[in-house]
Amino acid sequence: MKVLVAVKRVIDYNVKIRVKADNTGVETANVKMSMNPFDEIAVEEAIRMKEKGAATEVIAFSAGPAQCQETIRTALAMGADRGVLVQTDAELQPLAVAKLLKAVVDKEQPGLVIVGKQAIDDDSNQTGQMLAALLGWSVGTFANKLNVADGSVEVKREVDGGLENIKIKMPAVITTDLRLNEPRYASLPNIMKAKKKPIETLAPDALGVDVAPRLKTLKVEEPPKRKAGIKVKTVAELVEKLRNEAGVI
Amino acid sequence: MAVLVVAAHDGKTVRANVANAVAAAAQMGPEVHVLVAGSNAGEAAKSASEIQGVAKVLQAEDAAYANWLAEDIAPLIVKLAPGYSHVVMAADSVGKNVAPRVAALLDVAQVSEAIQVVSPDTFVRPIYAGNAMATVQTADQIKIVTVRPTNFKAAAGGGSAAIEQIAGTGAAGLSSFVGAELSKSERPELTSAKIVVSGGRGLQSGDNFKMLETLADKLGAGLGASRAAVDAGYVPNDYQVGQTGKVVAPDLYIAIGISGAIQHLAGMKDSKTIVAINKDEEAPIFQVADYGIVGDLFQIVPELTAAVEKK
Ligand SMILES: Cc1cc2nc3c(=O)[nH]c(=O)nc-3n(C[C@H](O)[C@H](O)[C@H](O)COP(=O)(O)OP(=O)(O)OC[C@H]3O[C@@H](n4cnc5c(N)ncnc54)[C@H](O)[C@@H]3O)c2cc1C
Ligand SMILES: Cc1cc2nc3c(=O)[nH]c(=O)nc-3n(C[C@H](O)[C@H](O)[C@H](O)COP(=O)(O)OP(=O)(O)OC[C@H]3O[C@@H](n4cnc5c(N)ncnc54)[C@H](O)[C@@H]3O)c2cc1C
Repeated sequence: MKVLVAVKRVIDYNVKIRVKADNTGVETANVKMSMNPFDEIAVEEAIRMKEKGAATEVIAFSAGPAQCQETIRTALAMGADRGVLVQTDAELQPLAVAKLLKAVVDKEQPGLVIVGKQAIDDDSNQTGQMLAALLGWSVGTFANKLNVADGSVEVKREVDGGLENIKIKMPAVITTDLRLNEPRYASLPNIMKAKKKPIETLAPDALGVDVAPRLKTLKVEEPPKRKAGIKVKTVAELVEKLRNEAGVI
Repeated sequence: MAVLVVAAHDGKTVRANVANAVAAAAQMGPEVHVLVAGSNAGEAAKSASEIQGVAKVLQAEDAAYANWLAEDIAPLIVKLAPGYSHVVMAADSVGKNVAPRVAALLDVAQVSEAIQVVSPDTFVRPIYAGNAMATVQTADQIKIVTVRPTNFKAAAGGGSAAIEQIAGTGAAGLSSFVGAELSKSERPELTSAKIVVSGGRGLQSGDNFKMLETLADKLGAGLGASRAAVDAGYVPNDYQVGQTGKVVAPDLYIAIGISGAIQHLAGMKDSKTIVAINKDEEAPIFQVADYGIVGDLFQIVPELTAAVEKK
């Protein structure tokens, strides 16, 4: 069974982002970029399946500008076998990414597609669910634990009230939550080896996908700033303030 | 055209956040309908009919809807959607699971986690963990929107909408429900609690969280946590507050032994009053706290618990 994983290039989670002065977006020039953390979890899960013999090949997919090669290389260094880059400088929204992924799925016929539950830049939390819909497949969102057996996957999901277990038919789409696994770091030899692994580059047109954005971003602004308050010295003072100044207890 | 709110429920009542979603929906169109799909969902449908501003409740009975599997529920919503201008869901684990599937089946975009309705086709939504606010406009005929409940004041009760029975769409046969391991708690639910007591890695163990439980119970508060505390196994996953956990906006948020990473702040910085207890006076949490107290939580929390008792 092939496993396809999606890896998105995003601004590193440690970077304090800045809104552009002209309010058209967020400053991305000269900013550290990394693989979306949820996608590291997706790659890790796929590699573990291969190590256990449940998967035969792990393919890393990314969509975006040429630099997404680096993100795919990171996945290859972790242990993925090859990459597919759908290269475009156009703005990509989740529905478009889902359509690109579907086109690649149609070609590659994986048994599982594993994506992050949410990209930490746009915070949409849509792509995996949309892909499953387009394919007519089942989906296991917010996965905390996976167990692949006999043509189906048992998925333990992180939900509002705690955890939920479902069983879904394969082929299926999985979206990862934080506790699914702890992704490995790539070793130096593996980083070297990854340089020789193949990455196929495709264009959205060649896949027959119209990626035109459906949502128009009118403006991007700074959120209202919260001002730091005061430091109190004692618990008595704190309780007094909460009671009489804030009126919250 | 009317707006359809899709309600999650537990069989007896719709979730509290449905009243927030109805309030948001009322800003998108002239009339709001609520869909309650389930197996034996009569009581839940009735609870939806009592939300002010709801013109009609659609109750869809089908054994396939008992556990709200996306594969089974989405076709029903897709069938109803063409009669509406918008389909609205709360951005909780149900809405996040189901709405994108509906959107893709309709070939429309989804607006995720709207915090403001600017006009029926234009919404404000946070991106980058709330460090930027994007105003987005959709040109799609049917607009699929999830809304962040804490940003819309809940519609009041006391309504009496008509309940209409509609046919179900059956099971897709792709997925099945096995079981749930839900956290049991008598405390107020995190996202609707007026006060939230939240603990981080500074607590050092799950046992030490008992201290926070005592404080929470005195205050009638819900209990939350940072990702680090959840990852370390001190508390269950559903306690996590933040960019990738729950978003809360209580009157009072008490952050104890939490450093204040941007991913955590994303989930609580809209709280009315924030208190931080941390031994490191440089901790970023103090930059958003109205009242900070620098010191050892193991000393301060018991003191605070005793002091609030003396009300
Ligand atoms: C103001 C603004 C400006 C933007 N400008 C640009 C721009 O200049 N260029 C541009 O490309 N996009 C741009 N975007 C689009 C945006 O960054 C996201 O790529 C897009 O909206 C997808 O949303 P998401 O990643 O949050 O989806 P989610 O649904 O949250 O993503 C979930 C998962 O889907 C997978 N996934 C999503 N996207 C990709 C991808 N591209 N490749 C591989 N896997 C993926 C990953 O596994 C990810 O974890 C802009 C968005 C906004 C709001
Ligand atoms: C993709 C991604 C998603 C994430 N999503 C979330 C999310 O949704 N929510 C979230 O919370 N985090 C999230 N994080 C993690 C986040 O970056 C931080 O790592 C996390 O919030 C830190 O938790 P903490 O503050 O409890 O721990 P730490 O940062 O370790 O802070 C512990 C604090 O406790 C204080 N302390 C220690 N002992 C005492 C004592 N005895 N008395 C008083 N104070 C004490 C210390 O001074 C310190 O400030 C995410 C990270 C990533 C990469």
